[in-house]
Amino acid sequence: MIRFSDKQLKIPKLMRPVYLVTAGMSKFDRAFPETRTEELCIDALTAASDFVGMTPAELKKYIHTCYYGHFADHFGDQLLGEAVIHDRLGLDPLGNIGVKTGGATGGSAMWEAVKAVASGYSDCALALGWERMDEVPTDEGNHLISCAADKDWETPLGHIYTGYYAVMAQRYWKVFGKEQDSFRKTMAEIAVKNRGYARMNPHAHGPMKITVEDVTNSPIVAYPLRVLDCCLMSVGSACGVVCDEKTAYEITDKPLRIYIAAGSHTLRVADRRDMTIPLLPNETPGQYDDIGKKFPGGDRYPGFSSFLAARVAAYYAYHMSGVVDPSEDLDVVELHDAFTISDIQTYEDIGIRPYGEGRDYIESGDAYVINPLTKKPGKLPSNPCGGLIGCMHAVGATGLMQIAEIGYHIWNRWDEIHEPEEKWKAFGREKPKDWTSLQVKGAKRGLAISHAGVGSHVTCTILMDPNKLIKED
Amino acid sequence: MPKTNEEKGFVDIINGRYKPNGKFHIIEANQPIFNKDTGKLAGVTNPRDMTYIHSYGGEAIFFESLGKGKLMATRCDNDKCEAKGSIFEPFRIFCPDCLRKATVVDITEKAQQMAKIHSFIITHRSGAFNTLPKPIKFINVEFDEEVVTILMSVLSVGEPEIGKRVVPIFRTKDPTYTIMDLMFVVEGTPESDLPEGFTY
Ligand SMILES: [Zn+2]
Repeated sequence: MIRFSDKQLKIPKLMRPVYLVTAGMSKFDRAFPETRTEELCIDALTAASDFVGMTPAELKKYIHTCYYGHFADHFGDQLLGEAVIHDRLGLDPLGNIGVKTGGATGGSAMWEAVKAVASGYSDCALALGWERMDEVPTDEGNHLISCAADKDWETPLGHIYTGYYAVMAQRYWKVFGKEQDSFRKTMAEIAVKNRGYARMNPHAHGPMKITVEDVTNSPIVAYPLRVLDCCLMSVGSACGVVCDEKTAYEITDKPLRIYIAAGSHTLRVADRRDMTIPLLPNETPGQYDDIGKKFPGGDRYPGFSSFLAARVAAYYAYHMSGVVDPSEDLDVVELHDAFTISDIQTYEDIGIRPYGEGRDYIESGDAYVINPLTKKPGKLPSNPCGGLIGCMHAVGATGLMQIAEIGYHIWNRWDEIHEPEEKWKAFGREKPKDWTSLQVKGAKRGLAISHAGVGSHVTCTILMDPNKLIKED
Repeated sequence: MPKTNEEKGFVDIINGRYKPNGKFHIIEANQPIFNKDTGKLAGVTNPRDMTYIHSYGGEAIFFESLGKGKLMATRCDNDKCEAKGSIFEPFRIFCPDCLRKATVVDITEKAQQMAKIHSFIITHRSGAFNTLPKPIKFINVEFDEEVVTILMSVLSVGEPEIGKRVVPIFRTKDPTYTIMDLMFVVEGTPESDLPEGFTY
């Protein structure tokens, strides 16, 4: 049994309020054989400048430090890749640093930028991320990804990351999903929803109009996961700019308050020791006493079925921002749907549903922009951009894309990013005839989860309209 | 093309330093990449063949023992540590709580008698450099209360199922000195069914 000290569980404190003032992203795709990475990064920063009616040169004048999210140096065959991008963005002589936390890299880059502003070191900081995974043959790419596992204890076993990851899905499927067809269908609904939402997103790399049957009939990757249960592997860039209050209002009249926290857990799933479940503000002591009875085999926490890092990141971020119940206090979320099943695990880790009941978030229709059962707005729409399954997973950019998307909803400018015919044309993509706005109406608060691999790192970002804060400073 | 024996690179340690000998890389020319539709140059390939040299440090005994048919783990024996008595497999040189050097223990017998599957996954995919036959049956092995972790490995013979009893096997003939020298089979597998080079 592992225990955490009060000091470790201290609620993080920002020394002054921090605001997200703008965000931007490039087109996302599986490969860009005729585009250099810096071109995509410049697209993202230019989009962020456009969003606040500035030229890139004008926005750059505010930026004081830069935090670059770029996970895989070995994919790009370029050490100090951050220095290359920093130079091409023309941001000398500013201090800059690279951040690498696997799938959570984008969120972690923002974590660093927010702390820089909160501490007073900078009044304006850039978090910008990218990934380039298309420049090696696929099997060598699989090997490179498997290098994110333990090189002595895991990587030699097949050089395939799915093997180290999907054992967690298997355990959840057996213990909490009870191998039921109905649970399998719920997993598939997530893939249908997110790929369908991606159809409304010109940036998205994997839009598809599919059915539950398409998902359950797609080829098996590692049972119970099938091809359409899995996220994309993408190339692209995204960014966000954060400021203190004074600078924020110089750049825009509608900055968003940002809170962010991070958690971690062992790189090897093998090393996870048992502990009691750390509770979120909407949970009560004793609530999980009978979880092993309800779900035989489910009494080992976090075991293979939960992500401690996500739980702890949410614990810190909820207490920082005053969120008690995410379903009541938030209006929209962007979650790290690496796989349909891990998306369900995350619903529980961040308290949208209690442990063991994650599937209900989909089955109730709450996770949809329009609840398919009631035809009314969903209670807490998740991943209207399409998520990692439908929009993209360009590792270092993913967490920043999610933060940007939450921002667009709260700014009430989602349509402006996703609707324009010219953008669809410029990206060489056909706008669907049934294009529908997925703007979450009246959104004032949202959350984004950025998550690494088996859950070694997770960040939880919360954005709020400054007039709709929950907690006094 | 696999390298010939003369082309292979070997490393010894002499006077406390790595001494590589043999061939470590073969140089291969880059090639241009053209867009077949436009005829324009888009980029180049950069082929490369590298060998990394890596120290096992305090874990060396674990990897050396596999070839001798032994599964070694470590245990925290620090009276002042909350984790005292915990056995770690994967082998941890230091206790993660007190950071005192943990005691190396032999858990071969425990594994033979107690190991069972906690979770598993079967995958037909692999990455470059994979040497395992496909499909690969990944398993996570739990032992008993004393072992506080759940070891990842591969099931070589039999079908995986949660809760199923499994037994470790070791590559005692021509060991690779890697984690590939340890695999599991379902309990009751006859020794004649073990893969080439492996014994109980
Ligand atoms: Zn200890």
